[in-house]
Amino acid sequence: MVEQFTFYFFAALAVISAVLVVTVRNAVYSAVFLITTLLATAGIFLQLRAEFLFVVQIILYVGGIMVLFVFVVMLVDLDVALRQVQFNRQKWVALLVVLAVAGQLVFALALGSEALGLPAAAPESLEPNTESVGLRLFESYMLPFEIASILLLVAMIGAVLLGKRQKPPRSEA
Amino acid sequence: MTLFEAYPLLLVALVKTGILLFLALTAVAYLSWFERKVVGHIQSRLGPYRVGPHGLLQPLADGLKFLFKEGVEPQGADRLVYYLAPFLALSLALSGLAVIPFGPAEIEIFGVRTTLAVAEVELGLLFLFAITALGVYGVALAGWASNSKYALMGGLRSSAQMISYEISLTLSVIGVVLLAGSFNLREIVAAQQGYWFGAVPRWFLLPQLVGFLCYFTSAIAETNRAPFDLPEAETELVAGFHTEYSSFQFAMFFMAEYTAMVIASCLATLLFLGGWESPLPTTGAFAWTVYLPTVVLGGGGALLLVDALRHHRGFARGVLALLGALLGGAAWAVAQPMILPLVQGPFWFLTKVFLLLFVYVWVRGTLPRFRYDKLMAFGWKVLLPVATLNALVTALVVLLRESGGLAGVLR
Repeated sequence: MVEQFTFYFFAALAVISAVLVVTVRNAVYSAVFLITTLLATAGIFLQLRAEFLFVVQIILYVGGIMVLFVFVVMLVDLDVALRQVQFNRQKWVALLVVLAVAGQLVFALALGSEALGLPAAAPESLEPNTESVGLRLFESYMLPFEIASILLLVAMIGAVLLGKRQKPPRSEA
Repeated sequence: MTLFEAYPLLLVALVKTGILLFLALTAVAYLSWFERKVVGHIQSRLGPYRVGPHGLLQPLADGLKFLFKEGVEPQGADRLVYYLAPFLALSLALSGLAVIPFGPAEIEIFGVRTTLAVAEVELGLLFLFAITALGVYGVALAGWASNSKYALMGGLRSSAQMISYEISLTLSVIGVVLLAGSFNLREIVAAQQGYWFGAVPRWFLLPQLVGFLCYFTSAIAETNRAPFDLPEAETELVAGFHTEYSSFQFAMFFMAEYTAMVIASCLATLLFLGGWESPLPTTGAFAWTVYLPTVVLGGGGALLLVDALRHHRGFARGVLALLGALLGGAAWAVAQPMILPLVQGPFWFLTKVFLLLFVYVWVRGTLPRFRYDKLMAFGWKVLLPVATLNALVTALVVLLRESGGLAGVLR
């Protein structure tokens, strides 16, 4: 009973705040609702006994990335932002994507969990899973891990290069 | 009652939360008194002295004053976020206390066996970092919602500072995690049990001295304390992110800052100073150290009594004498064989936390404030590389030790 209550609580919180992220006009409010979405997702991770994922979701996404978002958004001039167009005119594309994803979901639900080879629901308590996450990451998924690392490195170097102040042109004396 | 019968843990957790909240808020209030006293004496002043003997009732007076002051809301402030930010700051800071274990033993009270922590979390260390990471929002949102340029600049500065120093804070404890092989705070303390040469405690302070220094420096910056209290540099930014806050909302930011200090000190104690382990072995020639809590409490009580009788009269004499008698009673109580083993852990834990808090105040009283660009340069160009190097070297040492030398690694 408690299990179901927590799931529906976090799920509803995640969906409602995700909708609010795009519909609210105030950019800081959008960021705050994105934070609640991420926190609610973390709550669902915890309910699935993925402790490590729960903590990492909060430390990285909420405590790291979103702080930078808020940091930038705080400097937005709200009066200017209010007069700008809120939505891109792409509703037909969006509808197509939504239909495709919904179709996939319906297909998967119709097949049932056995046909997709999904594991059974998480047991009452799992072994602490920090170690198993680490082992999986460095054994089975070594290549994707390294590719992601290199991508991040490239992005970081690019950001430093762009952020670096240009040298003032040498004045001819 | 059916809910509590179905979930007995809930009742225990509620009771423990209540006790912890009461103790923590009292401690935070008296930490402000302690800080003003110590800084006062560092600057050849007496500090608070008027309200109660030795200014002991000053925190109470301050609290009442905060409660009864008018809460001013700045014009054009974003009301929702403006009122939410102090709540966020304080509740996040306080919830970090929940995972800190204060002592080793399981205790039995009214037939319920429980531990000296509100929650036993497997990833306690990571959970604490997650809570600390969220603390930035209270500060950043307060600065934004106040609709004031000083507050906005203060909020921006402190969010930049906190995320910069958070990286070295997290990296500096990687060495401890590697040595202990766990994120569980109890297991980290258990890994520090025992003594080298029979007398030097096997705390991680010695092998991780660099990590400890990095941790403590980053923790001071992370809690926005002097000499890294740039967010509230009064000569530049009035009071930084809480410029526009008055009344109890200001008090909440104040309490959040002090709670963060307490948590940082608790974590330093658990990770580097052996938690509740005694610095001296309790066997052989050092067996008398189990009576140190009695000596400290009794000595404190005696000092208070002497002071009351020699320097005070009237109300102050009565209060001080009563406090002295209470401490004396506590000294007698902790010497009883039934309670003696129970108080050892909490006594050492709280003593170490207290010493670290003293260092916090000491640093504030003696060091001048950093300039903002130097602060950022120091965090990114000095602390971060040093902490990274420390983590790498520790990883190498652990790898060599676990696989039996270089040959084992290469095999």
